[in-house]
Amino acid sequence: MRAKTVDRIATGVIIAVAVLIMAVLAGLLGFLLVRGVRHIDFHFLTSFPQAIKEGGGIGPQLFNSLFLLVLTMIITIPLGLGAGIYMSEYAKPNRLTGFIRLVVEVLSSFPSIVVGLFGLLVIVNTFNLGYSLLSGALALTVFNLPMMVRLTEQSLRSVPREQKEAGLALGMSRWKTITSVMLPVALPSIVTGSILAAGRVFGEAAALLFTAGMSSPRLDFTDWNPLHPTSPLNPLRPAETLAVHIWKINSEGLAPDAPEIAAGASAVLVIMVLLFNLGARWFGRALYRKLTASK
Amino acid sequence: MKKSMVLLLTFIVALTLAACGNKSNNSANGGSASPSESASPSESASASPSESSGGEKLSGSVLAVGSTALQPLAQAVADKFMAEEQYKGISVQVQPGGSGTGLSQVSDGQADIGNSDIFAEEKLDADKAKELVDHKVAVVAMAAVAHKDVGVDNLTKQQLVDIFTGKITNWKDVGGADQKIVIVNRPASSGTRATFEKFALGTKTEDLQGSIQEDSSGTVKKLVAETPGAIGYLALSYLDDKVVALKYDGVEPTADNVKTNQYPVWAYEHMYTKGEPNAVVKAYLDYVLSEGVQNGEVVDNGFVPVSEMKVERDAAGNVTNK
Amino acid sequence: MNIPTSNVQSSAESGAKPRERKQRHVAEEIRGKIYVYFCVLLMIVTIFSIVYFIASRGLAPFVSQGVALKDMLLGLKWKPEGEPPLFGALPFLFGSFATSLFAAIIAAPLAFCASIYMTEIMPKFGKTVLQPAIELLAGIPSVVYGFVGLSVIVPFLRDTFPGQGVGVLAGALVLSIMILPTITTIATDSLRSLPNGLKEGSYALGATRWQTISRIILPTTLPSLLTGVVLGIARAFGEALAVQMVIGNAPHIPHSLFESATTLTSIITLEMGNTTSGSLHNNALWSLALILLMMTFLFVFVVRMLERRVKR
Repeated sequence: MRAKTVDRIATGVIIAVAVLIMAVLAGLLGFLLVRGVRHIDFHFLTSFPQAIKEGGGIGPQLFNSLFLLVLTMIITIPLGLGAGIYMSEYAKPNRLTGFIRLVVEVLSSFPSIVVGLFGLLVIVNTFNLGYSLLSGALALTVFNLPMMVRLTEQSLRSVPREQKEAGLALGMSRWKTITSVMLPVALPSIVTGSILAAGRVFGEAAALLFTAGMSSPRLDFTDWNPLHPTSPLNPLRPAETLAVHIWKINSEGLAPDAPEIAAGASAVLVIMVLLFNLGARWFGRALYRKLTASK
Repeated sequence: MKKSMVLLLTFIVALTLAACGNKSNNSANGGSASPSESASPSESASASPSESSGGEKLSGSVLAVGSTALQPLAQAVADKFMAEEQYKGISVQVQPGGSGTGLSQVSDGQADIGNSDIFAEEKLDADKAKELVDHKVAVVAMAAVAHKDVGVDNLTKQQLVDIFTGKITNWKDVGGADQKIVIVNRPASSGTRATFEKFALGTKTEDLQGSIQEDSSGTVKKLVAETPGAIGYLALSYLDDKVVALKYDGVEPTADNVKTNQYPVWAYEHMYTKGEPNAVVKAYLDYVLSEGVQNGEVVDNGFVPVSEMKVERDAAGNVTNK
Repeated sequence: MNIPTSNVQSSAESGAKPRERKQRHVAEEIRGKIYVYFCVLLMIVTIFSIVYFIASRGLAPFVSQGVALKDMLLGLKWKPEGEPPLFGALPFLFGSFATSLFAAIIAAPLAFCASIYMTEIMPKFGKTVLQPAIELLAGIPSVVYGFVGLSVIVPFLRDTFPGQGVGVLAGALVLSIMILPTITTIATDSLRSLPNGLKEGSYALGATRWQTISRIILPTTLPSLLTGVVLGIARAFGEALAVQMVIGNAPHIPHSLFESATTLTSIITLEMGNTTSGSLHNNALWSLALILLMMTFLFVFVVRMLERRVKR
């Protein structure tokens, strides 16, 4: 009898906590969206920010965030796939592999500010890349690479052994088997995982303060030559991302509507993360269906 | 089979793109007007304009790094500068990052201009500071601010010192409401704090137990506006009706009082160059100091134009009439 | 289906030009190997250069600028601009440990409850609603957390408790929401991987659900649960901007949870930009970054110890 009462109380507590977490999340999202959404309109999303006047937008920041994401992925994906393939297929169970595993683990848990400072010291100053999108992308690669490596390794390991053996039995080389038999099978989970990882890039600020800079040149959205200084596509220009912009207007904003802009930008950021989450799931599922059906 | 080819191709494209990113960096360095010159601004900026110095049009790039307080002004001026027909070939970039960063980057040659809230002599070693040339572009004044309900609108110098050294801990001791004083200070390294301590308090203060410290004016303002009994200090541009600006020894913190040094809590905003600036950098600096900008952007951003100052002050704090 | 046919084909092919085929394979294999080894090497180089560069700055105060390591680790006064300058970082260490441990104390029970709910009580609802919701928490950027903390948590604490709202508790509350997903995800994974027989045996013996949870499930999964907690603490320890916005940043050991305090990360973000590179003050900040780096290694080490126990 007593045991049952305890059981009931414990179950009640656990359910209450689950409800509490849901409530906190709902409250958080509600707070951000209710405060922010009414400031979001086409003008807000596309126009330039204003330093001291009302009515500034977040157009360049939004573009910078997306562009930085693309740059980071261009650097991360090939490297991450390579190292992931090594970990799952070529690594022998010895000390060296253990050490590399440690490296991956440590890299992924470095505080972002430490990586930012490293970026400032080495990428920005020593390599002379300056405060630029490329510096930011390289710093972000430091976080994303270990995630990508783990993801690739896990996805490759979950490929059925028969498929791999079939490839080898065909007389293919090991490399060929990996790239043409195993990777396509593992692709859906790799894609899902990397989109989720990309969502984190979107929100990173501490490391970017020191590497990608806190301001953008006045971008000329009609000039798409990547070598021009005010072209949006130039990877060597400084760029303020959305997350950095929120931090900056919260701390230094002079515009009279700075709190509204911060709220609106936060809402945009949260919506983007939501979209990334849902998009990753949907895309992964669609890709899986496509790849398996065509097989 | 086909799919694997596509996959491989994707890799290759991705890799080449990454490689191109690096390459475009190198080639751009050889060219003239491109932000990649932020990579080696001192060389490139001096190289390209020297050829065209005889001609009409300048081209090159300017990188200014430093003070977060000066950044909005410098950026606004840069935008206007680049829009002018005769300066179309020049690209100016302004990065915040703090006065310290600005001074070290200009001293190391990574930036063309180092923006700073304080004299270089106060931060850098003497021999490094000597290489830098000071361009005072604006004057920033600071006011002590308090939460609206403290019931005080004037503090004497001594009262301020007592508050910031922790001798007075309640507003009623300075004639206000019975409310505990909460200090919202700046970090010890801050240029704003250095100015406030030097010219308002006249003494260095310690960080008190329980005091709040924020580096950014926006956060200071938010905390002072919301925390009952809070006192802090802000540049004049941040003042509005959310906080009460306190008079200092009975003098109101206004631009006019600053110009005559009646209100002494002010400092220069500096743009430092290493040695004399080259033609491109000089064009930008001259533009900042031009009449239109000094009475336009400088005033709009809450600064006091240098040209209107009736007094001059050197690094040691000695004031002379102009 | 395809396999036998192509096998025949390939053997026929290999009969024709076996050497050429083999060479092509070897070349392909070598190219692939070079590429993956290059990737791995790059990672190793990255980590060594991070440690090297940060250490090269961070050790300077001790090696050439006359600050004793003991004074930094145990000193209580941080007066970098004072005469003489003092670099006591104990208040920052205290602040970092206090906020991250407190955050874990708040978040861990919540996370355990959530993961038990998701695996034992309502697996279906948990998997379709609660888990994606918690994963979403992980995706919210830290500046947004700081923004919410400053506009909701700080005013709330200011009105309800003595003090100014900022402080260790405000920081810990913000951090606890941030690390909740980390702990929950790991806990849920380990609960799911528990062999079913163990649970069923317990139920068969007539144990209630709570008895099964508290006596069978929690003890057997404890090391993995702790792994989650340590990873959460590690994340909290390294978080910078969100904490800096709500903690108050006074360089002292606070007397209460509601008094302004500082963490290692927040003092670095506050002061790094105001100092000139090469100055003693600047290098001392790099030393703090080096301490952060060392803590990362420590956390990874602890996690590995725990994982070794899981395997045993």
